Amino acid sequence: MLAKRVIPCMDVKDGRVVKGVNFVNLRDAGDPIELAQRYDEERADEVIFLDITATSDDRATTVDLASRASEQLHLPYCVGGGFRSVADIRTMIAAGADKVSVNSAAVADPSLITSAAAAFGSQAILCAIDAKHVAGAGDKWEVYVHGGRKATGIDAVQWAQEAARRGAGEILLTSMDRDGSRDGFDCALTRAVARAVDIPVIASGGVGKLEHFAQGVIEGEADAVLAASVFHFGELTVRQVKEHMRAQGIPVRL
Amino acid sequence: MTIAVVDYHKGNLKSVERGLAAAGGDVLVTDDAAAIARADAVVLPGVGAFADAAATMEALGQAGVVRERIAAGVPFLGICLGMHLMFEEGVEGAPDEDDESSTHNARGLAVLPGVVGAMPKQDEQGLSYKVPHVGWNTVRFPGERQEGEVDGSSPLFDGIPSGTYFYFTHGFIAPSGPFVVGETAHSVTFPSAVRYGDAAFGVQFHPEKSSDAGARLLRNFVSIVKGA
Repeated sequence: MLAKRVIPCMDVKDGRVVKGVNFVNLRDAGDPIELAQRYDEERADEVIFLDITATSDDRATTVDLASRASEQLHLPYCVGGGFRSVADIRTMIAAGADKVSVNSAAVADPSLITSAAAAFGSQAILCAIDAKHVAGAGDKWEVYVHGGRKATGIDAVQWAQEAARRGAGEILLTSMDRDGSRDGFDCALTRAVARAVDIPVIASGGVGKLEHFAQGVIEGEADAVLAASVFHFGELTVRQVKEHMRAQGIPVRL
Repeated sequence: MTIAVVDYHKGNLKSVERGLAAAGGDVLVTDDAAAIARADAVVLPGVGAFADAAATMEALGQAGVVRERIAAGVPFLGICLGMHLMFEEGVEGAPDEDDESSTHNARGLAVLPGVVGAMPKQDEQGLSYKVPHVGWNTVRFPGERQEGEVDGSSPLFDGIPSGTYFYFTHGFIAPSGPFVVGETAHSVTFPSAVRYGDAAFGVQFHPEKSSDAGARLLRNFVSIVKGA
């Protein structure tokens, strides 16, 4: 049976993990590859490197990171942030990334998903969606772009459906309401998207404690669960999370 | 003992190269048919679509050489699409894709019999499954073996218990037959490892992306190469 995945996500700036990390055993706490290797040992199913600089000057650093990762990691990894064209994506895939995630550029021009999926296969293209609940509107969420700074008026569920129809292989769904809150995933949002598409949905945003991961899968119906700071700060290990998920009857790889 | 990783110009082979090197192999990534013919072992990686890869292998003169090397009993490992290419035909990327009875299917290396077809999106009960099949799934050894039991019959899985998780990413599956040494369940139960003769293997999953279990499998392959 296909396992539900646990995915640590690293925000990377100038080739370094920017959210603090406090693993005592890491020689260089800010090195994304070293951190990913640690997560591999803890049984992470894949990792995501999110390039949060994404200015043209810094792209070379991120391409270099993807290249080093393909030489040193033995698990699948995704690189996200700043892709504007198929040519940008081609550079990252050629450097060795298994997957890339697209966000703002795909909202601006949805055909980017179509052409990227045609060129590299659906399994290589994640569509990242940052969604925020529409106040007073029940089960309705709006897509935001540019790192959550700009509202689009686009319905998140409908956009997920269009992304899937255009060939995206997965949806990386972040709740802006929950991100950083430590209150757990927005399970209503996750479930609404998971039920609307026939591709895997990765729940993101809001994890603060162990129980939240299983909730994302059971209540949110997510195929994978993502977290950053609880792992980076060493509050929880990937292994602890998976053991807890397994105790809840969720198939995981341990 | 050189292991040739066949480059058929469809993508990045660094992970496979690195995985085999870490397993102790002496690796040469090459598109040169003569170099493949001289190597002590051959690895056919999995990038691109069946029809495309088969055409490129023919055009570069690789197909005939790989076929000859397998027939000669040289250790061989096909990964993902590389496993698919061991079969007679594939529908992926062919003019009548999804029609397994089509006469337009692309021709593979025909080491093993049958047609590589699309993975069904529903099981026998009509339940829907997500295809492509992407993520970690278990490989079970067919026959009487139970989960957790170590497979003694296939040297590729030496020390790897039945039920171990490997990383998959594919939408097409090989046909079944007596050559199956590992199987995996999604919408259907499909061959996830096959064997031809003593030393030729194919795996549907990506050992180079399968953490320590994958590393063990690659070490086993390198041991087969060194013992050959």
